[in-house]
Amino acid sequence: MKNTIRQLFHSPNFVVGFVIFVGMLLAIFLYPIFHPGSPLEMIGVGTFAKPGLYISVYDSVNSETETLRLPDADEKRSGAVLSDEDRVAMIEWFGKAGVDTTNLDASDDAAVLELWKANYDPDKTIKGLTKAKRAYYRRLNEALANNGEAELYVATKDADSGELVEKSEIDKDAYVNTKDVANVKRLVLGTDNFGRDMLKELLAAAKTSLMIGLIAGSIATMIGLILGLISGYVGGIVDDIILFVMNIFTVIPSFVILILISYSLGQSQRGAGVVAMIIGFTSWVWTARSVRSQVISLRNRDHVNLSKLSGHSLLRIIFTDILPYILSYVVMAFILQISSGILAEAQLSMLGLGPKTTEVPTLGLMMSWAQLYSAHMNGSWWAYFPVIFTIALISFSLNLMNTGMDQVFNPALRD
Amino acid sequence: MSDEVERRAYNKDEVILSGRGVTKVFVNGKVRNTAVNHVDFDFHKGEFVTIVGESGSGKTTLSKMILGLLPITEGTIYFNGKERDIRSGHKKREYWKNIQAIFQDPFSSYNIFNKIDTVLLDCINMRGGRNLPKEKKIEMMTEACRFVNLEFKELTNKYPFELSGGQMQRLMIARIFLLKPQILLADEATSMVDASSRATILEMLLNLRNETGMTVVFITHDIGLAYYISDTVYIMEHGKFVESGPADTVILNPQAPYTKRLISDVPKIHEVWDLSSVDLELNEIKKDSAK
Repeated sequence: MKNTIRQLFHSPNFVVGFVIFVGMLLAIFLYPIFHPGSPLEMIGVGTFAKPGLYISVYDSVNSETETLRLPDADEKRSGAVLSDEDRVAMIEWFGKAGVDTTNLDASDDAAVLELWKANYDPDKTIKGLTKAKRAYYRRLNEALANNGEAELYVATKDADSGELVEKSEIDKDAYVNTKDVANVKRLVLGTDNFGRDMLKELLAAAKTSLMIGLIAGSIATMIGLILGLISGYVGGIVDDIILFVMNIFTVIPSFVILILISYSLGQSQRGAGVVAMIIGFTSWVWTARSVRSQVISLRNRDHVNLSKLSGHSLLRIIFTDILPYILSYVVMAFILQISSGILAEAQLSMLGLGPKTTEVPTLGLMMSWAQLYSAHMNGSWWAYFPVIFTIALISFSLNLMNTGMDQVFNPALRD
Repeated sequence: MSDEVERRAYNKDEVILSGRGVTKVFVNGKVRNTAVNHVDFDFHKGEFVTIVGESGSGKTTLSKMILGLLPITEGTIYFNGKERDIRSGHKKREYWKNIQAIFQDPFSSYNIFNKIDTVLLDCINMRGGRNLPKEKKIEMMTEACRFVNLEFKELTNKYPFELSGGQMQRLMIARIFLLKPQILLADEATSMVDASSRATILEMLLNLRNETGMTVVFITHDIGLAYYISDTVYIMEHGKFVESGPADTVILNPQAPYTKRLISDVPKIHEVWDLSSVDLELNEIKKDSAK
């Protein structure tokens, strides 16, 4: 046993898979300790906040400032305002107005703005522009002109008269240290459509999905193992009956049964545990089949005959002479069942038949939400890509471990 | 084969195991394959019986039926004069106290997850020695190992696969020594071990018979071997016994053509080999390949 484990850790496949898996487990269990709170808490009002560091505007205005003179501050300031859409519109205007753009680098904000300032004149009439478009250019011009040019003041309301009183002017060269700002929030993966912290939600979802996979895999492996052992070892009419049931489950795609059971249960009854059990109860067939065939090949081996001759009981023969021989295979099947359980949950949730949405997030539910709120249409990649990546990583690491085990346990693949 | 072999007398009246019309038919859909076809036999107490036949003649099937590992299609096996009853698990276990086996392949005969101690302790437990003190058990195991020229001290806490094939097969005999059954079925017990181990193992089987008076049923394809070790020989062809009787009669004066052929196939050391038939065959092969 010890030797087998040592051999396992010499298999590069297993080691890589194991490291990824343990890394994920550490992240899943350690992150909530340092960042407590419900993963379903809606911290954002509005949907899909971009990933990044969020600094409270109110607090930063009221914080101590330092004066820094950075050479490219103005450029960056105007660049941040210029959206891609505006840039395209401006270049379109240059074309219509007959401005020479041969030397213009369209990605250089400063150059585009300079050219715009030099050429744009709101009074000049250009053919081929609708009234709405002309208004749009005028607004754009004003916005660009105000940015970085206009002076900003902080005003407070006078307690007696209710009039606004200037408190201070915001200096362009004034900077606050983020450590001095009372409220800073880093949203590594932004927020989802409900304004929840994606990272916290993702890790909680990965935990739930792993639990679902584990429960589903355990149930499927247990049923498959028990039925396979009985069917293979006892044989005869018992084998015929079990094989009949297995054949029924094989010809009806288990996913269809899964959908039908999930649908008939109704949303309110489907907790994560229930969904895991449904997946487990519908995916045992292949384990049962392969265990059965392995047991049949073992049943007539000499060591089993010898064990019979030694007067061992049926249970003892199954547990000491059959089970240890197929255990490595069963462990591998179990790992694959975990990964397919996670995938089955994701598929169900995408169809809207996953666990109820109010208790815990799962990877499938997150995908489902991202799809329902069109994250893929409005470019909010952070709402679905990390989820896909996590599912892929879990399956990948489990399959790598499985391959590594296969190399160790299967003598035909051993070096 | 003219050397006289000294044979041990056994009580010809005391039949321990006999079979009448024992038949095994394997049914696979509409295909019926008769592996053993209405076979009669009488094994006596202390007799060394050899069943000789080519591969596929039904030797192993017969031995499995005698052991009770395969159900019999037709016919009856009598044990100690009474019809054998192995319908329940308990009765089977009682039957197996009296009949044991050694299998062909020592490498697949052991559960690779069990230590040698477990293998031997199981035998002591089966003989009702479960509650014996530990020292007594070790003493018994040491004695059994000494019988087959093995050191128990060197074997304890080892796994069977750490031994050589010959050692494993000897350990099998140590097992039988502990179990002391009335009948031992040795199914090709020497065919997977090297020549020097083969002689040792055969000698041990003979010693076992001589010391405990157990009946040994030795199954082999080697008729020369059968001549040297057995009292009685059964020749098996296509599931039937074509000839049987005392070893000297059957082998020195064969009646059935099948027996004659088996004997002519034994390589002879003292005579020049008659290779004329081989030459003929070779010529035919050459002709075929020339075409």
